[in-house]
Amino acid sequence: MDNDRSASTAPVGNRREFIRGCLAAGGAALAAATTSRPAAARETYQRPPEALGLLYDATLCIGCKACVAACKRANDNPPEFSTVDKLWDTPLDTSGYTFNIIKMYRHGTMQTKDAEENGYAFMKTSCMHCADPSCVSACPVTAMTKDPTTGIVAYDAEACVGCRYCVVACPFGIPKYQYDSPTGKIGKCELCRHRYQDGHYSACAEVCPTGATLYGRTSDLLAEAKRRLALKPGSLTTYPRGNLSGGPDQSYEGYVGNYKQHVYGETEYGGTQVLKLSAVDFAKVGMPYLSPKSSASTSETIQHTLYGGLLMPFAVLGAMTYVAKRNVSRAGEAPPEAPGGEGR
Amino acid sequence: MSTLHHAPPAPVGGSLFGATTLICGVLMTVMAAIIVVRMFFGLASVTNLNDGYSWGLWVVGDVFIGSALACGGFSVALLVYIFNQGQYHPLVRPALLGSLFGYTLAGAAITVDLGRWWNFWHIFWPGYFNVNSVMFEVAACITLYIIVMWIEFSPVFLEKLGMREARQKLNKVLFVFIALGIVLPMMHQASLGTMLVVMGGQVNPLWQTPLQPLIYLLSAIILGYGVVLFESCVAASAYRRQIELHLLNPMARVMLGTMAFYLLVRFADVIWRDALPLAFQANYVALSFWVENACFIAPFLLIGSVEARRNPARLFLAGVAVMLSGILLRLNGFLIAFDTGPGWSYFPSVAELLVTLGIFAAEVFGYIYIPRRFPVLPREPAPARAAQA
Repeated sequence: MDNDRSASTAPVGNRREFIRGCLAAGGAALAAATTSRPAAARETYQRPPEALGLLYDATLCIGCKACVAACKRANDNPPEFSTVDKLWDTPLDTSGYTFNIIKMYRHGTMQTKDAEENGYAFMKTSCMHCADPSCVSACPVTAMTKDPTTGIVAYDAEACVGCRYCVVACPFGIPKYQYDSPTGKIGKCELCRHRYQDGHYSACAEVCPTGATLYGRTSDLLAEAKRRLALKPGSLTTYPRGNLSGGPDQSYEGYVGNYKQHVYGETEYGGTQVLKLSAVDFAKVGMPYLSPKSSASTSETIQHTLYGGLLMPFAVLGAMTYVAKRNVSRAGEAPPEAPGGEGR
Repeated sequence: MSTLHHAPPAPVGGSLFGATTLICGVLMTVMAAIIVVRMFFGLASVTNLNDGYSWGLWVVGDVFIGSALACGGFSVALLVYIFNQGQYHPLVRPALLGSLFGYTLAGAAITVDLGRWWNFWHIFWPGYFNVNSVMFEVAACITLYIIVMWIEFSPVFLEKLGMREARQKLNKVLFVFIALGIVLPMMHQASLGTMLVVMGGQVNPLWQTPLQPLIYLLSAIILGYGVVLFESCVAASAYRRQIELHLLNPMARVMLGTMAFYLLVRFADVIWRDALPLAFQANYVALSFWVENACFIAPFLLIGSVEARRNPARLFLAGVAVMLSGILLRLNGFLIAFDTGPGWSYFPSVAELLVTLGIFAAEVFGYIYIPRRFPVLPREPAPARAAQA
């Protein structure tokens, strides 16, 4: 055949064709870029005004883990064992079956509570209910949702496809999957929203004996957190327990901790609805540094700039269709009857 | 009439039974058995997946890397139909075949990994799907592309079955599918890079950038050419055919040009974001960064000159280097440089590796079966055929 001929005659015509092709494609891309209006950057969402949440004060926590047991009961979760005798629930981390856990920071001799050097401290690990959650942005099928009023980040197993993008996306490592089940679900704290209709609130806060975990509107909780930070360490103050926004008064007098001057969750990723106070540096107790700008907003800005209203894809598709049609008919995509085409 | 005359595609012929197909059959059977266990006993029964590394070999390897390695059809179509380089036309069908298998099997692989796979249709159902989700874009787009590719490739079957009328009717609208076959992979290959963005600080800054969609798109195009180099060399050797040097040589030059642009974007981005110092730390992440980029630079040394590009061995090695670089770019971002906190580690289990191997075997089997029975590869000129016998 004449492969050689076409190859040898190619260069001159080809270069011109190539340049023409580049111009056509470039023009198409330019047209696409101009038709898709510069999508406004998606801002980081802020907490809804009536957002509900928790305030965890590590200096008040005594590590009794009543909240861990109460969470298990409230969510009908089975015990998880990490000891040989398997006598009682001893999870080492949150999992598809454990939505809340108290972790411990240890250093040196562990003599003093809430000291970074030769001390120990507790930290609660559970869903932070972000103002702008990565899991909600990541979920392809709206199985993760954020309630517009309460701001609770909820999970719907009936919608979930089990892709586990939420597991990978969350900066706190909160949504977790049940790998041991053929019909595994994602497990995470939903702030006991299923118990509200019975007059209950988050089980962890209900049972906390010291008020280390406090339930309420996040705006109230934030004000309470700031009040504590303004107090003199070692002085006496009143600590509420249970439900800060409307429960019966269960407050008691206690000593003010040696707080780091930072309310974790006030601004992280646009703010979270669960807030934390600690005497030990937050990075050391497993709370990552997060900028006030959420990664969900960056990701969605990219997505909407490229695909908003499908303008750009359709513009590029239109241009590509035009160029392809011209080139297909010119190159004669189908040699009229390919002699070798018919099989046995 | 055609301005460029190519040998029309024709079945290669030959037996389907041999050592290679037998091994492929065994590997595919093992894969099927593992998938059955997974379906009845959950992901933990066969994988090493955990909540720190919830995406393992099946997602990152079979889907993200597998689909990128299957970009040959897209890259060659871009060259032939958009940049009007008709002389590459004989490469279209073989490249498209590779893409067809790569993507179809990537789609099958994700179903095995999905924890609640029976809900998969939610991704296409209004009321469920979430347009803010990068995963939605990727899943919807890949599914559409698989359908488009089967339509693009259907002339091969229509020719074989002698359905001339249907073939001619399809020909009239084929340009629409060709255009779709270019836009859809551009969209989801870019989005595969955007997938990293929402993971925020868990991904090492050397791979965490809003420019990720551009980097992944360029890498996918480059991978497409790299895979065509690789496959052409392998097919020529396996079928004892003449190597298509007059096509591979200039195509490799296009690939090098794209790679130069890629490297410019990649390093400008890393330097601009002040992430480069991370590449000079004494850890395996930094090492992996340099191995990845060394594989991107190696082809310039291997096939930088026209002379070197006439050497099939060098073309083959350059193809392998390009494939390694693309594989590492994805492995690094999603697994090696993904740090989800202390205490987590992941390495694929034997069963996970066997499933990936089984998928690879299915691709090899398809690549043996289809060209032998259907008109995919260009008919060999007479002297070469004589030599083959």
